Amino acid sequence: MSGILTHAPALVIALPLLAAFLVPIIGRFNRSKGLGWFVSIILGLSLLMTLLMANHILSNGPLIYVFGGSEPGLTLPSGYTVPIRIIFQIDGMGIFMGIITAVVSFLGAVYSISFMEQHSGLEKYYTLLLLLTTAMYGMEFTGDIFNFFVFLEIASIASVALIAFRSNLSGEPAEAGFKYMVVSSIAALMVLFAVGLFYGQYDVLNMATIASVMQFTQLDKIALILLVTVLAMKAGSVPMHMWTPDAYSEAPAPITMILVAASQASLYALFRVTFSLYNITLNTVVIGWIIIILGVLSMFIGVTMAIIQKDIKRLMAYHAISQTGYMLLGVGVGLAVLANPVALESFGIKAMEGGIFHIMNHAMYKGLLFLTAGALFYRTGTRDLNKMGGLAHNMSYTTVFFIIGAAAIAGIPPFNGFASKLIIYESVYQFNPLLSIIAMLVSILTLASFVKVFHSAFLGPKLEQYQKVEEVPKSMVVAMATLACIIVFFGLFPDVIVDNLVHPAVMALINQVNYTSAILGGM
Amino acid sequence: MKEEMSRIVRTMTTLIYVFIMVYGFYVIAHGHLTPGGGFQGGSVVASAFALLVVTYGNQKTQDFLQKDLLSLLESTGLVIFICFAFFGLGATFFYNFLSNSGSLFGSSATIGVNPGNLNTGGTVTAMNIAVGIEVLAALGVIVLTMSQASETIEKKEK
Repeated sequence: MSGILTHAPALVIALPLLAAFLVPIIGRFNRSKGLGWFVSIILGLSLLMTLLMANHILSNGPLIYVFGGSEPGLTLPSGYTVPIRIIFQIDGMGIFMGIITAVVSFLGAVYSISFMEQHSGLEKYYTLLLLLTTAMYGMEFTGDIFNFFVFLEIASIASVALIAFRSNLSGEPAEAGFKYMVVSSIAALMVLFAVGLFYGQYDVLNMATIASVMQFTQLDKIALILLVTVLAMKAGSVPMHMWTPDAYSEAPAPITMILVAASQASLYALFRVTFSLYNITLNTVVIGWIIIILGVLSMFIGVTMAIIQKDIKRLMAYHAISQTGYMLLGVGVGLAVLANPVALESFGIKAMEGGIFHIMNHAMYKGLLFLTAGALFYRTGTRDLNKMGGLAHNMSYTTVFFIIGAAAIAGIPPFNGFASKLIIYESVYQFNPLLSIIAMLVSILTLASFVKVFHSAFLGPKLEQYQKVEEVPKSMVVAMATLACIIVFFGLFPDVIVDNLVHPAVMALINQVNYTSAILGGM
Repeated sequence: MKEEMSRIVRTMTTLIYVFIMVYGFYVIAHGHLTPGGGFQGGSVVASAFALLVVTYGNQKTQDFLQKDLLSLLESTGLVIFICFAFFGLGATFFYNFLSNSGSLFGSSATIGVNPGNLNTGGTVTAMNIAVGIEVLAALGVIVLTMSQASETIEKKEK
């Protein structure tokens, strides 16, 4: 048992990677559902190991894994003053994101078993899905900034191919994929440039080591601007959100759910860079306000664009932008008061808890909503809301799941969206009442647009062309039901999650010293 | 474009093909000693495949190099690569368990002037070979797919 735990950081990414390479070979012999089951089992194992690590990290502190070293925990072999190998450093924040990735990718694979059954080229689909999962784990666990760039690239390439996967139906998926490819290439180049700036100045690539010697020179400022801009772009924040609606609406539904988590991995990297790499060496008030403004713009523009959409997945994609705004707002407030211990204690930490809790909640309910949209598409063959109607008669499970997801995203009490939004409203109000009021207004608009979706897709009399529509297959129902259960559980017992998962994650971000000393010892 | 090029080009290609192959495998096998490695060597080998497509045309090359086999080779190379990483799990993932072990690729490297002993490098050499197999197969598949696609487009334009 302890052996597995020692190697769990490596195995979590190694197992999906091995499976990704095995899938094309297995796919030669078994072209039916077997492939989907195999991938689900592998991702289920990764999920179990992530939970095992979470249990360990939350009670015993960060896990360190040195790749290729003689011992997993030996960061500085004798004679070395800086770490040279690739090191995975998983602290409270990293494992928090890791759990999201694990849950979402596992359910995405389960959902795919039935959803993708009719498609050809499934071995390529599952290979890419596994590679995307590996890359997301890597981005969240790595403690090496060049390694982060590598995983960012893997995630981008896998996502591009997955977005364009259904190009045989029309040209639009290819267009969305191309758009995302351009955005990702620019982002990757800028990250690489920033990595070069760090390496040129400090001769190290380990993030903890860079953080410990950070001088905040002019070059560091340039690197900061590059990293904040492109990571916000990859996270889908307004004014760099142009890829999000296309990519989210054209990808197959389970992939959209995983893409949401992938863009949150970029969001995580944004927080990691500002908090762990720079921390209070930077002018936290200015950067904090920049992130807050990005957040408020994303919230408001995202939701106003969403209301007018007719395509159900496009509408949800704009809501994803809007919800990203809440996370940026919460964590931005925390960053703005980072240098002020009194304010940080009284509302800064709470605001960050709200923002970070919202990351997990958003991954769950937005995942559920995209899956219900996928279920509607699976049975009706359209994403156009004007062509749907009366589906509640035949698809009762999907209807219930949609209600749960929509209530959660709108922040209605017994569901998880309410829990995190309430924390954000209360704490941000102490920072600046106006921001809190905008956040509430956005929430109301969110509710309005989901009432519209619910009415046009589910309510009304049975339509002629959908007389024979049935409930979706079991694997899709199971995936959606699991997410719905998580949403209700988080909504009923938010304290359990906030105290045990979210608070350690916030503390891991704030305490930069813990981050650096985990690698460098008591330097 | 004509399907095949002239007899002179075809004869020369047949001769050069062998040398390109040998050079490619040389770069792969000496990845741990000289500039280059699995990826670079694999690309050199795949460039020989591209030469075949140019000289003999799409159809004959497809018969000679089976795309199906190449894509199997691609996955096999990747699996071999990650298996070597897994074998290191006694210490850590990717641990170089073969180096200085005295067995395959296990001689210790001589410091200073030496003739370039191939039997060093441990798992690095083995992984270079795996990457070489993967890259030559993957780039081969890409070359063949692109030549097939361009032929389809040419037919459509006619």
